[in-house]
Amino acid sequence: MNYTAPEREIMEYDVVVVGAGPAGLACALRLKQKREDLMVAVIEKGAEIGAHILSGAVIEPGPLNDLLPDWRDNPPPVCVDVTGDELWYLKKAGRTRLPTPPQQNNHGNVIVSLGALCQWLATHAENAGVDIFPGFAAADVRYREDGGVGGVIIGDMGVGIDGEPKDTYVQGIEIHAQVTVLAEGCRGHLSKRLIQKFKLDADSDPQTYGIGMKELWQLPEGRVQPGKVQHTMGWPLDKDIYGGSFIYHLDNDRLAIGFVCGLDYADPDFVPFEAFQQLKHHPMIRELLEGGEIVSSGARAITEGGYQSLPRVEMPGAVLIGDAAGTLNVPKIKGTHQAMKCGMVAADHIAEADAADGFDQCLRDSEVVAELHKVRNIRPGFQKGMWKGLVTAAIETLTGGRLKRTLTNHADHSALRRASEFEAPDRGWVERDLPPRDRLASVYFAATEHDEDQPIHLQITEPEVCTTRCGIEYGHPCTRFCPANVYEMVEETDGLRLQINASNCVHCKTCDIKDPYQVINWVTPEGASGPNYQNM
Amino acid sequence: MKILVGIKRVVDYNVRIRVKSDGSGIETDGVKMSINPFDEIALEEALRTKEAGKADEVIVFSAGDDACQQQLRTGLAMGADRAVQIQCDQPLQPLTAARAMLALAQREEAGLVILGKQAIDDDNNQTPQMLAALWGRPQATFASSVDLQDGKARVVREVDAGLETIEVNLPAVISVDLRLNEPRFVKLPEIMKAKRKPLEVIGLEELGVSVENNLAVSDYTPPPTRSKGIVVDDTGQLVSELKNRGLI
Repeated sequence: MNYTAPEREIMEYDVVVVGAGPAGLACALRLKQKREDLMVAVIEKGAEIGAHILSGAVIEPGPLNDLLPDWRDNPPPVCVDVTGDELWYLKKAGRTRLPTPPQQNNHGNVIVSLGALCQWLATHAENAGVDIFPGFAAADVRYREDGGVGGVIIGDMGVGIDGEPKDTYVQGIEIHAQVTVLAEGCRGHLSKRLIQKFKLDADSDPQTYGIGMKELWQLPEGRVQPGKVQHTMGWPLDKDIYGGSFIYHLDNDRLAIGFVCGLDYADPDFVPFEAFQQLKHHPMIRELLEGGEIVSSGARAITEGGYQSLPRVEMPGAVLIGDAAGTLNVPKIKGTHQAMKCGMVAADHIAEADAADGFDQCLRDSEVVAELHKVRNIRPGFQKGMWKGLVTAAIETLTGGRLKRTLTNHADHSALRRASEFEAPDRGWVERDLPPRDRLASVYFAATEHDEDQPIHLQITEPEVCTTRCGIEYGHPCTRFCPANVYEMVEETDGLRLQINASNCVHCKTCDIKDPYQVINWVTPEGASGPNYQNM
Repeated sequence: MKILVGIKRVVDYNVRIRVKSDGSGIETDGVKMSINPFDEIALEEALRTKEAGKADEVIVFSAGDDACQQQLRTGLAMGADRAVQIQCDQPLQPLTAARAMLALAQREEAGLVILGKQAIDDDNNQTPQMLAALWGRPQATFASSVDLQDGKARVVREVDAGLETIEVNLPAVISVDLRLNEPRFVKLPEIMKAKRKPLEVIGLEELGVSVENNLAVSDYTPPPTRSKGIVVDDTGQLVSELKNRGLI
């Protein structure tokens, strides 16, 4: 910006939490429960709490029991007890029931909308005295004079696409805090920056990820069996791509259906969104959905690296919690209980120590990391395909993770193979007719919104790589892995040009992760931009 | 001078509206709610008027259950001085809303009432006009520019033929159109200040207004969905397909 901005306004807190997801809210609420005197703020970039939350979600209620012992008397708005589990191996037209692995036994768990749960949790936190600010994005880190983290800087509002302030310009304020808690979720943009700056991942494997896509359907009466939990593996994926689907039967004829696949796939032409849409056309699922309508849809990356990819979770003045650190339990297909527990461990530590120092050890001694350690080899076992993965999973499950080995993780972006070296198998995909027609139609159900006159929040650090190396070697994979059709190659007289439709972005972070040359940097757009998920 | 600004809690303009399966209304469960965008413009105009030294106080009000306090707090965070919630447990039809506004305008001895030209949920565009008639004061509707001078308001109106400039004596009712201004962003510290600003809750009956529904809503239905299209190979096929469907 060419003009000199005045000094930023400052607000002082003891603790500032970035991100109002399950980890951040559990942490904030627990802090106030432990130490009423602490001033705690939560910053959330979504226009409302829950607007950017997307998850299955079957959750283990353990942490809720700890945090709010009477929660069942006044449960979150969407909350259905699980009545049974089914695991299916799908072929293009057929299916085989598989035994449910012990990690996926959901007896005693509940199906929720994590977005609605977060909104509900936020009310509890506010009643406990936490200041929650939805619609404000933490755009930058505020550093103390000694180089430690001393809070966050809220993004300016009303900046034009040219970087110049518009009439509506409002400068973002600084929030100063003793401790900054990064609870941004998977691949948080400040977390990413801080992990690099403080070399928090120096002693861990690279983090690995998956992309999850989800649709909430309203179905004709009588089709949904509330409490039923179904998972599938196999078709439409080939054996070399890790992933599967979830189908959760809610109440009031609502059904949550989603698809997750590992971002360590090799096929440069693979389109995760298309795989999800294909899945819906399997006879078993198609008969469920036909005649229904989509209420909301969206996508979000998840962390899959587990124990060996967990970075150091503390740095001077700040801690990483939940999926910003990477605490999701892949074999359980669950992250919420881990995220909440992690937030509570952080809160207990901060309430005691008044500082970030010591949290890393504290977390590693907790049941959060113990849970990750037990299952650490299951997900990496699938790097060699589904069948070998299942064998590893069986061995690791039987031995309870006590074998003295830890398989390693590799960065997802390095897994992509060049187009000339890869021949995709025939996955037997079918012609589709269920909505949405394409990615643009899907984005419509995410109700995503960005003022188009603002700086593009998907920064390409080396634009020439797109049209030269990446285009030639991989054939522009960004146009395929993005579930929201943000990236388009447009033909111009002097060649191809990358067009970034930033206003379609659903903040899933897949591009930041999977781009083979790592030239895409996701930064936060203006606060309150992005998807407006409904009960996701 | 006091300025009264009405704000209505409506389904956010980005949300795809879904009709409830029993046709009794629209789905609001888990749906993002916001200040009606036209009302936000009305509030912005009131705040600018006060900042220009032409008004002493800006009061935002809304009619509804406690949920609308969220929008009132947003109004306070934008800069309104105080808020009034007219408590009622059902949506008010325009005439009842206008009567409630009249009672409030008289109680507050308002010099100006600025309202959105319509709410984006029911698109009635009736309440400002009804209020002016009940109040016996001038109305200036569809304002795209407002200038207050010596107890008068010079208002540029957006009409079919172009722009019309009128002058009305205050007190008056002004309803605002989209191009009047661009509402400000709320500043984070203002949200904290807004929590401490007065928010009065008053029952509809206390204002001497009873709910009279002159309109009965019989049914809500979604617009018909577009049927699937076909791709034609050439103009010949296009013409014959159109003919087959009796369209040409």
